[in-house]
Parts: sequence; C-alpha cells; structure tokens
Amino acid sequence: MTTRPEADANSAHPFPDFPHPRSSACPFGVSPEMRALRDRGAVSRVRSWGGSTPWVVTSHAEQKALLADPRLSADFSHPGFPSPVDPEKAGRGRRDMSFVGMDDPEHARLRRMVSGVFTVKRMRALRPVVQKMTDDFIDSMLAGPRPADLVQALALPLPSLVISRLLGVPYEDHEFFQTNSRTIVSSVATAEARSTAHTNLAGYLDDLVARKTTDPGDDLLTQLGERVGAGELTRQQAASMGVLLLLGGHETTANMITLGTLLLLEHPGQLAAIREADDPKVIADAVEELLRYPSIVHLGRRRTALEDIDIAGETIRAGEGVILLSELANRDPSAFPDPDTLDLTRDARSHLAFGAGTHHCVGQPLARMELQILYPTLFCRVPTLRTAVETDQVPFKHDAVIYGVHELPVTW
Amino acid sequence: MKINVDEERCCGAGQCVMLAPEVFDQRDEDGIVMLLDAEPPAEQHGPVREAAEMCPAAAIRLSEGT
Ligand code: HEM
Ligand code: SF4
Repeated sequence: MTTRPEADANSAHPFPDFPHPRSSACPFGVSPEMRALRDRGAVSRVRSWGGSTPWVVTSHAEQKALLADPRLSADFSHPGFPSPVDPEKAGRGRRDMSFVGMDDPEHARLRRMVSGVFTVKRMRALRPVVQKMTDDFIDSMLAGPRPADLVQALALPLPSLVISRLLGVPYEDHEFFQTNSRTIVSSVATAEARSTAHTNLAGYLDDLVARKTTDPGDDLLTQLGERVGAGELTRQQAASMGVLLLLGGHETTANMITLGTLLLLEHPGQLAAIREADDPKVIADAVEELLRYPSIVHLGRRRTALEDIDIAGETIRAGEGVILLSELANRDPSAFPDPDTLDLTRDARSHLAFGAGTHHCVGQPLARMELQILYPTLFCRVPTLRTAVETDQVPFKHDAVIYGVHELPVTW
Repeated sequence: MKINVDEERCCGAGQCVMLAPEVFDQRDEDGIVMLLDAEPPAEQHGPVREAAEMCPAAAIRLSEGT
C-alpha cells in the first residue's frame, strides 16, 4: 500500500466527507470543502454514503489519463461502483441508461450506431436549422409577457426540439415528446411523475422505432430500426438509446444556456466582445470558457478500478471506486492559469466539461454548435436583455446532479 | 512526422477534423477518424500536434523526427 498512514473513521485523520454542495456565496465555483480536497493531492480518499471510501481524483492531468484508461469501468452494476446519489435516499434502482453504463467493446458497438449523427460535416449542415429554431423561440419569447423565464422559453425547448429532429420524432408528436421530457428533468415533479414520464417516453420511442420500419425517414431512429431488422439490436435497446440521447442532451444543454447567459450578464465588458464579434473563433473560444468555468456536470465521472492502478504516488486497488471531479480539473492552475477568473479569450479547449476517453460526450459537437449559435443570437436580438431579479435571488440547483438554475426570470 | 491513429480508442469527437482537416477526416457511418495523410508536410505539423494534444481519447500518436 502507500507510505501515507492509512486513515479511517476511527483514527485521528478521518477521510473527509464527500460530497459537498456548492455554496451560495460562490454559485459558479466549487465549495471550500471540495477545493480542500485538492490540497490532499491529485488522488486521495474520501468518505461517502454508507461508509464507502472511494478515491477522488482532483488534478487535470491525472483525470485526463484515467478517463482514457481501460482499467476503469463505467458499469453501474459493479459492486464497487461509487453511486452518484445516496442509495438510501434514491429508493429505486438505476434505470436502463444504455451504453453510458457499459464498457467496451459492447459500449463502443452501441455508441458507434449513433455517433455518425454528430460528425463535423453533419453538424455544419444542421447549423442553419438550429439557427432558425433559436430565432423562432426568441420570437415567441419576445411576443410574450415580461418578465419571461428563460428556462421555459428557450433553454429547455431548444435542445429538446433539436434532438427530436435528429431522432425523427414526427412534428405532431412534439407536444407529447416535450411534455414528457420536461417532466423527467423537472425539479418540481414528484419521483412518481418522473418515472411515469420516463415509461411514457421509452414506450413511445419503442413504438416509433417500429413505425420507422414501415415509414422510414432520414433520421436516427430509422437507422436504428434497420439495425433491429438486421438483428444487431433489440427494439428495446434502440428505444433506450433514444431515451439516453434525449436525456443526456436536454438538461445539460439547457443549464449551459441559462448559466452561460447569467455569466455573460455578470461580465458586461466581456459580453460586449461577444456581441461585436464577427470572427466565429471568438465565439467558439468564449463557449469553451463558459463550459469550463461552472463545470455543470459536476460531482464526478464515476468509475470502478478493474485492476490495481498506480497513479500519483497512490495505488488504487482493483474493485475500488474512483470519482473524477471535472469541476476541480477545470480549475486546476497547472492547466488553466488564474483558473478562478472568467476569461472568454483564454484557450479553455482542454477542459473536461464533456469528460474524456471512451465515454467522452457523444453529443458535444451538437452542444457546442447550439451554444455557439445561442449566445450571440440572444444578445444581438435582445440587446437590452437583463435578469429580472438580483443574482442572489436566482434559485440555483445546489445539490442537483447537473448544476443549473430552477428558473431565470429575464426582461428586456 | 509520422501519425498513427487508434480507431479502437477514437470516440469520434471530431476535434482533429476541425484542427487539421487536410490530415484527418471522419467516417460517415460512425464518425471514427480516417487518416488522410500519415506523413503530412511541415506546414501541417503545428495543427497536427494540437490535434494530438486535444484529442479527448488520446487516439492520435505522433512519432517525430523526419
Ligand atoms: C453542454 C451540454 C452537455 C454537457 C456539459 C455534457 C456532458 C457530458 C459528460 C461529462 C459526459 C461523460 C459521462 C461519463 O464520462 O460518464 C457525457 C456523456 C454523454 N452525453 Fe453529454 N453533455 C452535453 C450535451 C449532450 C448532448 C446535446 C447530447 C445528445 C444529443 C449528449 C449525450 C451524451 C451521451 C449519449 C453520453 C454518453 C456517452 C458514452 O457513454 O459513451 N450530451 N456528456
Ligand atoms: S479527435 Fe481523437 S477521438 Fe476525436 S475523431 Fe479525432 S482521433 Fe477520434
């Protein structure tokens, strides 16, 4: 083992408790307790739910290396897997989340059935469609009452409409699709309502895959339907991939839309540069920094070691849980000088907001494109946009798995 | 400079295609990397090094020298 004295709950140096919610004093940063984990080293142990003692990885370099390391498993069902939610409180088991909870080669087999949708070429072709959708949502917002809630007016409906287009959800079903997906990601809906909405959507997508075999379109569910026909997939597997794509890209993109807007409003000098930019690179760099700074998919990529791994002077044993904290990697001063300053002109591209390695966000080319369109369009079309409440009155989701705000009242 | 890409590791992120489109492309069916030029001319070395550095899957290996 290591030379550092092993600590446990009974000794004088217990492992620090984990996790800690963000503090309202610093809504875009990490809590002091989480920050203190960095002082314990690149790799150290914490005490979490049920007395478990997983490892946390705090540095950028070690996280990047470990996320691309096949000795770490993302399989939720592994006994050592460090659960992101307290199993006592969560109550029910994990839902089927398709390939995000699998390891290669099966993970790659399934993922590669959908990844072709997100190529650089396809994203370029989709750009004008997303621009039009964004303009239409802004038109409706401007036609409605003030203040408006940016979450409901723009942030949630835009990614949902985009992904339903990619999947091939017929226009007449959008209402049903949006209502149910909104319930799943709603923070006010009961667990029961969310579970019903999840079942509704999974059932709906399952039917739709079947319909696509007789009424094909130029869309992802048609392609998956063909694979079902060829015996490469079951219909249920195809439907759960659809649910994963929908859910994986819905609240994440929505929260980036609202938090990014809020950050830009708080930095008017930097916002002016975005508004005036005619070089797409300025916008692209700004989006990377807006992704790095709040690191919304926080509280760790979760993995289990399949073999002993020597790293940063420690040995992670086979079977032990590992939590890779992107919110700390993205504020690591050796990767990002002066990391606690928002600087939209810095080179932030190596951030880990989309993870890394084999599970690196499959939807990131789409998310980046949506954000690159959204911020300049919003601020150019609504130049007087401002929040209708003080920042300290904005309801942040302090303990949510994906960080964001419950609502963002804006006016203009 | 000689480039090696590991298709097994590649997660189809397309970073390389954006940084060095003359050297890397993506397969239409799954977005996995296609190497267009394994020994690119000197003016491509900068973008290629950046692509290798940025690749989220560490799928691009370079042997420098020639
Ligand atoms: C700004 C928005 C987004 C953020 C911050 C984000 C973040 C992430 C992160 C951190 C992971 C890695 C999970 C892990 O390593 O365990 C991930 C995976 C994933 N994301 Fe995203 N995501 C975003 C948008 C999207 C979009 C738009 C889609 C779909 C259209 C999507 C679909 C997925 C899927 C399917 C995975 C699983 C990949 C795999 O396991 O191979 N995400 N995302
Ligand atoms: S950047 Fe890396 S992961 Fe992305 S397509 Fe190129 S080789 Fe593959």
